[in-house]
Amino acid sequence: MTTADHKPQILAFLAQFFGEHRLAEDEDIFATGFVNSLFVMQLVLFVEGEFGITVEDEDLEIGNFNTVLALDALVTRKRAVGAADRSA
Amino acid sequence: MAIRVQLSPRQAEARAEYESFTREAVVPYADAWDREERIPEAFFKDFAARGYLGAAVPPEYGGGGLDAVTFGLLNEELGRGCSSVRSLVTVHGMASYAVARWGTRGQRESWLPRLATGEAIGAFALTEPGAGSDVKALAATARRTGDGYRLDGEKRWTTFGQRADVYLLFARLDGRETAFLVPRDAPGLTVRPVTGILGTRASMLAELSLDDCRVAEDALLGRPGFGLAAVAATALELGRYSVAWGCVGLAQACLDASLAYAERRETFGVRLRDHQLVQRMIADMATGTAAARLLCQQAGWLRQARSTESLHATWLAKYHASTTAFRSASDAVQVHGAHGCGGEYPVQRYLRDAKVMEIIEGSTELQQATIAESAYHARPQTTVPTGGPTA
Repeated sequence: MTTADHKPQILAFLAQFFGEHRLAEDEDIFATGFVNSLFVMQLVLFVEGEFGITVEDEDLEIGNFNTVLALDALVTRKRAVGAADRSA
Repeated sequence: MAIRVQLSPRQAEARAEYESFTREAVVPYADAWDREERIPEAFFKDFAARGYLGAAVPPEYGGGGLDAVTFGLLNEELGRGCSSVRSLVTVHGMASYAVARWGTRGQRESWLPRLATGEAIGAFALTEPGAGSDVKALAATARRTGDGYRLDGEKRWTTFGQRADVYLLFARLDGRETAFLVPRDAPGLTVRPVTGILGTRASMLAELSLDDCRVAEDALLGRPGFGLAAVAATALELGRYSVAWGCVGLAQACLDASLAYAERRETFGVRLRDHQLVQRMIADMATGTAAARLLCQQAGWLRQARSTESLHATWLAKYHASTTAFRSASDAVQVHGAHGCGGEYPVQRYLRDAKVMEIIEGSTELQQATIAESAYHARPQTTVPTGGPTA
């Protein structure tokens, strides 16, 4: 099971949307007013491409996407499931 | 010659097949379908039998599983012949793609094989009388019942809504934007044809009325709250990509028609092609079409790579291709003069269809606002003197 910290990559990706605003790890991304209607799609493509996971319908919960910490937890969980599936 | 770069041999072969099909099975009939405001059932059957309706369905469910550029080439060639047929690939593809991307295993197994073969036609029902570009104004509602959901509301301008067997439909469930798969035979759903539309007249538009419309529990697609941000966004992204490529074909058709007419028509003792002001219009069509094709190819390569940049690239492609198609169509009518205004030549159809392309899947103005916003995001974060008055 992986316990890697994915937050640096997530923060680096999100920085492009936030200009000079420094996003805190527990700050609600959607409450900031910085993101547009394309953002969720970009975020999904990013986590899938960067971390080799597949976001599925059951993952579509706001609590999985609204902070850097939540995204890190989602990626950690999905990678752990993927690793378990591969070793089964 | 149409400018293309880096098509693989398989993509080039597919393009040639689509071009041949369009020339033989679409172009000769497109004006009649436009006048009759419908595509005949025999065409649906032929089209489905060739596998074209399965273009956006993964191979494991019986679809073609086309790579992004090949899917684009299909749209380009169909768009060259008939924007209504291309619209069928667009909306059916949007519904198929959304089910493949966000459907449960059960939904995928139930719908995708039927969508792949054309046994079921899919449509996209988001637009309402008060909600077009402003999708957040979505007013249709859903409420839970013991065995499923009840839907209420109105949908407008649903492309191929007259012919669809299932609608990817959006409503508010407990106030949250939510996607549903609504079968045509759902009790409480009424489908009314829309006629007399400006362009893509054969795309069999419909209005949908949902009056206590009952759907089963497994009609819910994705999760409540993600109907627009994930499900509709995924579908619209494919739709925008499809329309962009279709506009390349439409602009190419304008160029082809203008070249042929200007070659044989004479005024003031010379051929039209020798008039410099006509040459200006043809040069703009040729350049705009080539640039639009390159933007679409770039978007295609980025889609294939599943790059986050593919979304922005698709907006650029759709904006440029749709505005090029309209300008090209307007110039094509101008080149044809009075002949271009009647039914003898297809350029008046191209002009009506091209105007629709500037409105659907993100209006020109929405594209401009989004592209401008993204340009600010892409700006290097450095401090550079901006000029202006100094002390």
